[in-house]
Amino acid sequence: MATTTASAGPAPERLRTVSLTQRLLARPAAGALIIVVFVFIVFAVLSTARGSSAFLSIAGVLNYVGVASQVGIIATAVALLMIAGEFDLSVGSLVGFSGIVIGIVSTVWGLPIWLGIIVSMILTTGLGVINGLIVVRTGLPSFIVTLATMFIIGGLSSVLVLTLTSITFIRIDPALIAADPLAQLFSWKLSLVFDGATSDLYVSVVWWILIAAVGAYILGRRKFGNWITGVGGSPIAARNLGVPVARVKITLFAATAFSASILAACQSMQFSSADIQRGGGWELQAITMAVIGGCLLSGGYGSVVGTALGALALGMASIGIVYASINADWYKIAIGLLLLTAVVLNNWIRRRFAGLR
Amino acid sequence: MTISASAPAAATSASRAPLLEARNISKYFGAVVALEGVSLTVRSGQVTCLLGDNGAGKSTLIKTLSGVHPPDDGTLAVDGEPVVFTSPRDALDAGIATVYQDLSVMPLMSISRNFFLGNEPTIGFGPFRRFDGVKAATIAREEMHNIGIDVRDTEQLVGTLSGGERQTLAIARAEYFGARVLILDEPTSALGVKESAIVLRHAIAARNKGLGVIFITHNVQHALPIGDSFTILTRGRSGGTFKRGELNAEQLHALMGGGSELEELQADLEMLAQREAAGEDIPTVPLGVDPDTVPLGDEPPTT
Repeated sequence: MATTTASAGPAPERLRTVSLTQRLLARPAAGALIIVVFVFIVFAVLSTARGSSAFLSIAGVLNYVGVASQVGIIATAVALLMIAGEFDLSVGSLVGFSGIVIGIVSTVWGLPIWLGIIVSMILTTGLGVINGLIVVRTGLPSFIVTLATMFIIGGLSSVLVLTLTSITFIRIDPALIAADPLAQLFSWKLSLVFDGATSDLYVSVVWWILIAAVGAYILGRRKFGNWITGVGGSPIAARNLGVPVARVKITLFAATAFSASILAACQSMQFSSADIQRGGGWELQAITMAVIGGCLLSGGYGSVVGTALGALALGMASIGIVYASINADWYKIAIGLLLLTAVVLNNWIRRRFAGLR
Repeated sequence: MTISASAPAAATSASRAPLLEARNISKYFGAVVALEGVSLTVRSGQVTCLLGDNGAGKSTLIKTLSGVHPPDDGTLAVDGEPVVFTSPRDALDAGIATVYQDLSVMPLMSISRNFFLGNEPTIGFGPFRRFDGVKAATIAREEMHNIGIDVRDTEQLVGTLSGGERQTLAIARAEYFGARVLILDEPTSALGVKESAIVLRHAIAARNKGLGVIFITHNVQHALPIGDSFTILTRGRSGGTFKRGELNAEQLHALMGGGSELEELQADLEMLAQREAAGEDIPTVPLGVDPDTVPLGDEPPTT
């Protein structure tokens, strides 16, 4: 602890000037940047050695950016929640639930798709508020509370869809999507032709970057961002300083659920369908991205930019493995190794450069 | 850092109503009597020491004064006017700031962000109103300098500061945001000797600026040199209030309820000394030192 070495001298003598590199490395996103560069180099080398230039091509880039954007959309809010000291394990089941609501409203009930998207966003965000209220009111660990709501929401999706239809998959008419004004925001894609091959840039990438930018702005530049970090650092101290701790937490649970509904809208418009399976296990992937991005499980420290870089690293790894002709089963091993490496690296950086002991 | 010997506000304040007064405060947690009929007064330019053993109700009283939980009975008065605090924010707005021993700063946040947590300066308009990092850094550096700590980089994480510096930051912050009453909750309990001295100096400096200071401790050695009055708590009840010079350390200890235990310890040690003098082989720590408090760093041996 700091107290044992503290009395050796007055404060000014205990500070030294630090170089720009050191200051950059002291940022919480530094580890994630190193990881991204590392993953890029590894798969660029591996795929080239296997005779494929796809990883370095525009099509390859669009491919892994597209994969990164999917879980990346929810990872920003998950990271902010983690910085505030809370978890949301139900976010994956919220993605499935939100898509099912769109499918039911638009296809089963035959109402306009835009209405389905709006209803799904309201209901999903409402479930997020309930998550937050339970955590704040009971004072129970959010890990347990959202583990419970994960089962409840997953079950709710099944019950809903099987009561109204006979299968757990709802097809949404692509013609209706193409004609719907709001659906365009989630189905749009830019088709680019390179060397005769078409590759698509999906709007989910835009959402991912947009949400990450807004999240980084809020965390770094807004009063609310300071509150998020403070609440995660010590809820009691934050409350004593006048920070509305409960409001901050509930808002973040709602934001996480809302981002799940954006992801669900992107997926159901892109694939012209809703499926209760979607989003399963993504809560852990989102947490993985946040941890690679420098967020501490204990809260109070982390980075949205780092989390977006974490998403990029995972996207690169999942596509890079295919391009390098490695059996896809290795993907999970790669994720596990990346996560471990990132945690060790982030820990080391925090001790070495941010000066924390 | 210099501390002026005079206390300008102290002379005039005696006639005025106390800054903060707690009258016959009671607080119960279920069947447990945390506080019963406790009164405490703090005046401008004075240090009121609140002394008591662990579990005497010091923390409960402080939480009542700082708005964390309302009393079950009794009243609080600010400038002689009765007030009701429903949250820490209410107490802060009334100028009552509390510095907790370990819970006032966030180790993983920068100095300037810690300084302004809950009171962030903003720049811009409407939806683009954002945290004014430049202003926060400038003020934080200035205020830390005024209180005697030169911070080169306000982006430095508070976790890199020493315990005394963290307490100093919390005190500087409270003063900057217009505290009239500064409650210091066991600010020296986790600190070494030099660090404790620094924090005690800040308490005196705050008093000399005309603030009312409530200093909570179970360390009589820390309380005696700086206290203008001493209120003693034992098992949730008031053990009396005394002016400076009315009591010495032994008498304070006795009132806190720890006196008899210390006398027993003294007797035990003397007996051991006699046995040793008689030639018995006693494996023990050097005489006069409590084995639980053998100094491991620069921790002060507690009395």
